[in-house]
Formats: sequence, C-alpha cells, structure tokens
Amino acid sequence: MSTPYSEFLRADLAPGLLEGLWVSIIVIAPSALLGALIGLTAGVLRVYGPWPVRKLAEGYVSLFRGTPLVVQVFFWYFALPYIKFGEWSLVLDPIPAAILSFGLCSGAYQSEYIRGGLNSIKRGQIRAALALGMTTRQAVVNVVLPQAFRRALPGCGNEVIYLIKYSSLASIITVNELTGTATTIAKNSWRNIEVFCTLGVFYLLLVTVAGWLLRLLENALSVPGFERPKA
Amino acid sequence: MSSSETTPILEARNLIKVLGGNRVLDSVSLNIGRGRVKVLIGPSGAGKSTLLQCLNFLMPPDSGHILLEGREVDGANKKELCALRQQVGMIFQDFNLFDHLSALENVRVALIKVKGMSKLDATERAIAELKRVGLADRATNYPANLSGGQKQRVAIARALAMDPKVMLLDEPTSALDPELIGEVLAVIRDLAQGGMTMIMATHQISFSASLADEFIFMEKGRLVEQGSPAELLGKGSSSRTQAFCSKISELTGDSDGECRL
Repeated sequence: MSTPYSEFLRADLAPGLLEGLWVSIIVIAPSALLGALIGLTAGVLRVYGPWPVRKLAEGYVSLFRGTPLVVQVFFWYFALPYIKFGEWSLVLDPIPAAILSFGLCSGAYQSEYIRGGLNSIKRGQIRAALALGMTTRQAVVNVVLPQAFRRALPGCGNEVIYLIKYSSLASIITVNELTGTATTIAKNSWRNIEVFCTLGVFYLLLVTVAGWLLRLLENALSVPGFERPKA
Repeated sequence: MSSSETTPILEARNLIKVLGGNRVLDSVSLNIGRGRVKVLIGPSGAGKSTLLQCLNFLMPPDSGHILLEGREVDGANKKELCALRQQVGMIFQDFNLFDHLSALENVRVALIKVKGMSKLDATERAIAELKRVGLADRATNYPANLSGGQKQRVAIARALAMDPKVMLLDEPTSALDPELIGEVLAVIRDLAQGGMTMIMATHQISFSASLADEFIFMEKGRLVEQGSPAELLGKGSSSRTQAFCSKISELTGDSDGECRL
C-alpha cells in the first residue's frame, strides 16, 4: 500500500517540482527576454531595414518558424559541437543551449507581432516627426516604436505564455526543469497520474502569474487611445 | 534695403515630380519673402500637397532646387535636411499628432530630441505655445481625448515651438467638422497678423483672401495664375481662379457673390 497523495506531495513531489520550477524559471526568463529583444530587432528591420537586411530578417523568421522546435533544440545541443570553426567548435551546456533555442524561436514569432504593431501606426506620424527635423531613426524610436509596442503587447504576451509551455522541451536535452524532474519522479515512484497532474497544475500556476504580470505591464503602459477595450 | 530683407526665405526652382507616370509637378518655381502669406488653390490632384511636401523634402523632388534664405539645400545630406525641416514648419490635413503622447509631450518631444533642450525648458516652451493656441488647459490630454480642431491647434503649437522661419499648411481645415473650422482659422489668422511667413493650400477661399498677399492657382502640376486676391477675384475678373471658386461656392451653396471682393 503506497502513502497517501498528501504525504507523497509533501515528501517527494513538491520539493522535487519546486527545484524544477526554479530551473524552469532560469530557462524561461532569459529566453523570454532574448526572444523579445530579437523579436523587436527583427521586427523593426523587417519594416524599416534596407532591402538586404530586410530579406535576411525574413529568412531568419521563416527558418525558425518553419522548423520544429525539437529539431532546433537538438541542433544547438547535439549538432553545433560538430561544426568546426578552424580549430574551434562551440559546445553549449544544456541550459544555455535551451535558452538559445527558445530565444531564437520565440524571437521569430515576436517579430511577427512587432511587425504588425509597426504597420498599424499611420505613416503620417512619421512624416510629422520628420517634418519637425527628426531623423528616421529618431522618428522610429520616439514615435513609432512606443505605439507599436503597445499594440503588439497582447500578442507578445501570448508568445511568452507559449514559451513557458514549450520550455518543457528542455527536458529532452537533460535539463532538469519542471518536466524533466517530474519524469524522473514518475519513473521512480510509478505514480504517473499524480505526478503529471500536479505538474500540469505547476504550469497552470506559472502561466497565471505570467498573465498577471503581463496585465500589470499593459496597464502601466496604457494611455487613452491604447487602452484595453472594456468588457 | 539690406540683402537679407530682399532674399526670399524659401525659394523653389523648377521642381519636377513624377508619380506613377504623371507629372504631378511640372517645373514649378516659387519664392516667398519674410512675413508674406501665399495661398495655393486649385482642384484636388493639382499638385498643391505635393508641392508643399517637396519644399521640405518629405517627398524629394525628381529635379529642381530648394533654397533656404538664398542657400541651396542638398536633399541627400541628412544634416542639411534636418536643419531645413527645423526651420520649415509643416501642418498636415489630418493633424498627425503622436497618439501616445499628451498634448504637452507632443509639443515638447522635438524640442528635447531635435533641439537638445532640457526637459524643463522644453516643458516651459511647450506650455507657452499651447497657451498661444488657447489650449493651456488641455496640456495633459491625449489626442484620443481632443476634438479635431483641438488636435490641429496642438499640431500648430508643435510646429511653432521649433521657431520656424516659414510654415507650410496643407489644407489645415479640410478634415474638420464645419463647426470646428473657425477655431483653427482664428489661430492661423493670429499667426499671419503676427508676421509669420506662410504658404497654405486651402479651399477656404474667402477666409484666405482676407489674409493672403498672393493667390496661386494650381492646375495639373503648374502654377497657372498668380496675383493678389483682389486682382484674381475682383469685379470683372475672368481669371481661372475666379471660375474655380465660383464652382466651389455653387457646390457648397454659398451665395454667388462669395468669391467677389
């Protein structure tokens, strides 16, 4: 007869998953930041960059949106070490490899939201900024981006939520984050239903907290004309 | 008379602009002296808006020369371009306020970013300009909470804050509801009476006749007629300008004599 769930949760499952949760956060937070940064850069270049740069950014997006994330994760972890730069080759530890994979993939999606946001801002505002003597760069940074970012925020937040869930893929390259830890506990305890249901609850909590933070950010940036439509 | 008083503030020589195979500007030359007000009229598609936008290179002309106070501006040189645009204020038909900034910030942003003024000085100047257009009490409003007339007045304050030597106004009241036109025209009248040099495209014929030194009638990318409002609209005049504005008056249902001075 096995111990009751409450006892199992207290003694094994919760401590294990909390440790995994910490690792998950270590993977998710930098990935989200990297993704946002890459997405912002790629989005701006796709709209305002000179032709070759624009094509390059578009190529990046189609490559990273067009291939399975698992394949990308495998590439950075298992294939990259075999690529020789003269004498050198780059071997990534599991966590950096995961962050790089997720950041690059997330950035490709983020750039799409940013691009949409940029295109939603009327061209007239850029002309007004130029007419005041701003350079194109000043106009983009001071006039277009702050508005585009507000318009893109709901979509970008959505992508962060996705990222939280696909961070579970890090477990396949031996990162002991939430899912990795849960798999190990399940193997050792054979209590699969309890382990994976509890794991689901952990992700749900993580996503809820992230959603709440994103809402705070949205409200902090809200100005008349850009507010969330009232329900 | 010293040479600086006789040199036109802004001069265009032989501007040509082709858009989609059409000669939107067909060798247009124009100059304006300090404190003068010139009004561009003509049917839509005549090239009024294109001409104004070529004057500050928002739309670079295909060929021709722009001179600011007698010095030719090189449109390919970014520094010269920004310097020109700081001295040439522009007002757009659809206001083009920055939607994420309050009225005050709209006026202030270029002072800080372009002129390098401190936030404090820029704020002070912005408040003064908003006062000038009668909107000091709306300084914290965002464009979403301003009426069309108020938006256009903020846009005017924003341009004035840069201390322009000449203002280009591209149909400043065309996007406004009829009851809001008056407040914007009042501000423009104040500017003209204060000695601001202006080139304005408009359909407000009778209003502009009262403050323009010169009417310029444009058609098919050419300046067809130029002269004082009295010459072009006076009794017995058979000018194209006269014919055009009679047509406008008929359409808007104004009395026949509206265009006659």
